[in-house]
Amino acid sequence: MIKFKSRFESSWADPKTMHILPTGEWRFQRPVIKAEKCCQCGWCYIFCPVGCIEDRGTYFEANLDYCKGCSICAKVCPVDAIRMVREEIR
Amino acid sequence: MPKIKAETKVLEGNAAVAYGAMLCRPDVIAAFPITPATSVLEYLYSFSAQGLLDAELIEVEGENSALSAVMGASAAGARTFTATSSMGLAFMFDVYLAVSGSRLPVVMPLAMREQPMPMTLAAGTSDAFTVKDGGWIQIYVESCQEILDSLIMAYRLAEDTDILLPVNICYLGFYLSYLSQRVEIPSQEEVDAFLAPLKKMERTKLCLEEPMTFPAEIAPADPVFAEYRYKHCAALGRAKQKLDEIDKAFGAAFGRSYGGQIEQYRTEDAEIILVTMESTTGTARVVVDSKRDEGLKVGLIKIRLFRPFPREKLIEALKGKKAIGVIDRHVSFGWDCGQCFIELKALLSDLEAPVPLVGFIDGMGGADITKEHLERAVDMIDAAAKGKPVKETTWLALE
Repeated sequence: MIKFKSRFESSWADPKTMHILPTGEWRFQRPVIKAEKCCQCGWCYIFCPVGCIEDRGTYFEANLDYCKGCSICAKVCPVDAIRMVREEIR
Repeated sequence: MPKIKAETKVLEGNAAVAYGAMLCRPDVIAAFPITPATSVLEYLYSFSAQGLLDAELIEVEGENSALSAVMGASAAGARTFTATSSMGLAFMFDVYLAVSGSRLPVVMPLAMREQPMPMTLAAGTSDAFTVKDGGWIQIYVESCQEILDSLIMAYRLAEDTDILLPVNICYLGFYLSYLSQRVEIPSQEEVDAFLAPLKKMERTKLCLEEPMTFPAEIAPADPVFAEYRYKHCAALGRAKQKLDEIDKAFGAAFGRSYGGQIEQYRTEDAEIILVTMESTTGTARVVVDSKRDEGLKVGLIKIRLFRPFPREKLIEALKGKKAIGVIDRHVSFGWDCGQCFIELKALLSDLEAPVPLVGFIDGMGGADITKEHLERAVDMIDAAAKGKPVKETTWLALE
């Protein structure tokens, strides 16, 4: 008896069964935030083209599964709390 | 909206397609004109203008868009219809694969025409056979009446929850698309009643109330890809039995049936068998009759369902026969024989005793498969049955 993974007959997915692909794999640099410097203006959240900035309560941070390393958040940050760091080969 | 009444008319094949489609009440129709399927569209637009057809008609700029529009509509739960031929089919090839892989019950008749080059506007089955492994159900039909009836059966088959696969009704372009025959048109009430069981059947649909991703991309190496292919094959396997059941139900409702997967003609006591598809079968029936008068025990099998291949039915039908011959209206490049020949060759090992199989290629580029050609073919099958050496494939028009 074969145990199926999906309840669908074809590549359909509802929010529960969605197979999520990390799209930030090919990033060459990442945003690193100084949490204590963050003024919570939310500009990085608004300007992020992939919408990967998450609200951590007292500061904002990029979800690195999806961040493509474009550095727009670092450019728009009014208090220079975000710094771009080169990705190392893992 | 005036209701279609049952009546008998003289219709060309494309009109039979249009009547069949109209009677099934599609929600969305998107197609692009291509010879020899163009008049299907002309009839449908005319029905719409007369107020007989209540469907969304989308004017598209090509076949790729036609099938794409139909695919989207079908994913949203609409009953859809489109028709094409030859180069039109080639132009929609990427969507053709996407529709079947998405398990959408699209019904698309194919007016079969040669796939250029060499450039021609002529009958041939190379377009439909080129896409035989595209994951669609393919039903090959013989007459204008069979086109109309098979279309109604196609919706019952495609939209069944156990199946959910797109269907091609393949009829020979020119010969059948423009041939006028007596066709009995069933009434709208009768067709509505025949398709009524589909109303209770559920399928996944794109809608705002229940958000879904479609098509959801599968990560590389995720085994769910194989799972979907497995389910697709299983559904194709179920379609064989289902077509037989639908054919029986159609016979009970309308008084006409076609044998389901295969149709047999004078095969019961036959020693040798001629295998045909599509409208070549008409001439073959005449040849079988005349050869029977000469005392030759020949029978005819018409393969209606080519995808999925009616393996079990053919094994049963070919049991104890002494030789088999098959006519193909196309060639499989690199094999020097037709696709149907290859499929039967694969089937031979399933038979109890080894049986000689003889292949014939004829009727390419709109040429006639004549009575004389078929008589020659039957004589060669007879010679093979008697153990005489016979060429594996004969191009009847050239050799």
